[in-house]
Amino acid sequence: MKVTFPHLGHAYIAIEALLQGLGHEPITPPLTTKRTLEWGSRLSPEETCLPFKTILGNMLEGIELGADTVYMIGGWGPCRLGYYAEIQRIILADLGKQVEFITLEVPRGGPSQAWQRLRKIVGSTDVKSLVQGAVLSWTKLKIIDELENLSLWVRPRERERGSTSRLLEGQLQRIREAQSIRAMAKVRDRAELALQDLIDPKLTSDILRVGLVGEIYVAAEPFVNLRLEERLGYLGVEVVRTIHLPQWVEDHIFKNALGLYKQASLKRSAAGYLEGFVGGHGLESVARSVDLARQELDGIIHILPLACMPEVIAQGILPKVSADKGIPIMSLVVDEHGGEIGFQTRLEAFVDLLQRRASLCAANRSI
Amino acid sequence: MRREPVYLGIDVGSVSTNLVLLSPSRPWQDAVLWKKYLRTQGAPLKALQLGLSCIAEEGSWEILGVGTTGSGRELAGAMLQADVVKNEITAHATAALAEDPGVSTIVEIGGQDSKLIVLRDGVVVDFAMNTVCAAGTGSFLDQQANRLNIPIEDFGPLAVQSSNPVRIAGRCTVFAESDMIHKQQLGHEMGDILAGLCAAMVRNYLTNVAKGKQIIPKVFFQGGVAANVGMQRSFMETLGLPVHVPKHYDVMGAIGAAQLAKETLESQGKPTAFCGLELLQSEFSTVSYLCQRCPNQCEIVEIWRDGSFLASWGSRCGRGGCKQDQAT
Repeated sequence: MKVTFPHLGHAYIAIEALLQGLGHEPITPPLTTKRTLEWGSRLSPEETCLPFKTILGNMLEGIELGADTVYMIGGWGPCRLGYYAEIQRIILADLGKQVEFITLEVPRGGPSQAWQRLRKIVGSTDVKSLVQGAVLSWTKLKIIDELENLSLWVRPRERERGSTSRLLEGQLQRIREAQSIRAMAKVRDRAELALQDLIDPKLTSDILRVGLVGEIYVAAEPFVNLRLEERLGYLGVEVVRTIHLPQWVEDHIFKNALGLYKQASLKRSAAGYLEGFVGGHGLESVARSVDLARQELDGIIHILPLACMPEVIAQGILPKVSADKGIPIMSLVVDEHGGEIGFQTRLEAFVDLLQRRASLCAANRSI
Repeated sequence: MRREPVYLGIDVGSVSTNLVLLSPSRPWQDAVLWKKYLRTQGAPLKALQLGLSCIAEEGSWEILGVGTTGSGRELAGAMLQADVVKNEITAHATAALAEDPGVSTIVEIGGQDSKLIVLRDGVVVDFAMNTVCAAGTGSFLDQQANRLNIPIEDFGPLAVQSSNPVRIAGRCTVFAESDMIHKQQLGHEMGDILAGLCAAMVRNYLTNVAKGKQIIPKVFFQGGVAANVGMQRSFMETLGLPVHVPKHYDVMGAIGAAQLAKETLESQGKPTAFCGLELLQSEFSTVSYLCQRCPNQCEIVEIWRDGSFLASWGSRCGRGGCKQDQAT
């Protein structure tokens, strides 16, 4: 099977390894670009959310490269992700694309149902290569997350603008090629040192720290969020992620499949603001913002696609969190019709606000 | 003749390009020595050059520093080698605070966008900009005045004469326009329709831009639309608060940019990077193209001066820029 799948940041590197372990040939679509969005938008319902359109575009570009199978994740609860896969399957069928469409849903029926589902995808692959692929894939996902987090710390401190992103991309491609855990560990160790070497030793000013919460897809896909993390880095801001893909996989796939994911800590954090699951990452956005406020960050950015219901709920609650906890929070909406200039203006103004606030706090402390 | 030392502030907006010269030594109420409000008309480079030639012709100044703001801030900053390139929210707040440190709310309505800036104890604590629609901005008022054959200067005075404003649907400019036409056909007076339009725009602003934000006095109203006395009255009536329109309401962004240039250069103790008014003699041009180096296909804009490369932006990888460089 030649399998294509949607993009989510650098997750494709881990997905490729997993598919290879399953005995499939991965057909990675080109990185999401304007072409992807335009192609996807043309064939999508106008009112649907932005992720639907770029994801459909990824599928089309993957099929263009010869894929005969599409993998897509499903979902449940009051978020439109639940119907993405089904509608995308129908759109592709209407276009006459001869592809098999496989929806990977997180099973909610406990371990036995999980095993049944798994067997369907696995087919006749032998257990050894399956396990090997899964372990490689998981390790890659974790290393990508580690290196990306480190570069969030390095970028606002770099000597030469853009050097962090360039180095990171090069090293992640070596992770992509690596075929053993040992080889990956080597790349990671060297990449960590190399990244730290990019720091400007003469840097003396304090670096602002801003937490990032919001809908997972727009937070993790740089084309869709207009490279938010890089933009902030270049404005001298260290971004603190609250959404980590390995964590997400652990919670939403492993634990969920075994019936162990209870969201207890999220509900504890969000208590008083939002008392339960509202679909998507709505509860996460509120809970993580409360957590971040405790960590003495300078501010929080909340990112969401236009008309995303769970995040709109969070957006309505966050001003109260901001007022109670005394931390500035800005919600940013992304949409295919949005302009980059307005986006950048908001980021710059927010960073100015944080800087002014931080310097006043410092002045107050010294009195 | 002694040349007066000044800071130059430039606000390149979508509709107007504003320039001011700000004296660093005079008291604030007399600090704006010169100002110019020009229509950008889609040609920011031309508007800028015209503005600069006015500076050279209309006085004798020593320019100590330059700040730029507005949606064309990058372009203007690259062209003039400005000392400060700042977003318009910070620029507007800086100017208002310099005028009155007690300001708590700034309502700014310009040609294509509208903003609300919330300040407490002299610091910006929150802000909002219009997102999806330009309803309730200057361009729409301009367009409607044009359609009704009223000079934009008469719009406000006519609106304030009304004692019985009609209700106009203000959520969307297209519907507002059809509703206005409908009210005209019904025979309502012009003044009542204009006053109704002002009220609709204020309602739209308060429900969309100012949604959920606390508006407390002292309220400043600035931007080109603040000239409209009809809008002033509508804001005061709807908010139930006095609304103050600063003397130089139309160029507050440019004043803020000049003030920021002054603060930055004074704190750093550095001389200006500004290349001087001689650049009027230069030929400026821009090129834009899709970079083909990677699938991102960034839209890159380059600015060239007298045939040599000056600056570029739009590249995501930070590499981009310079067509010559790309050819290699």
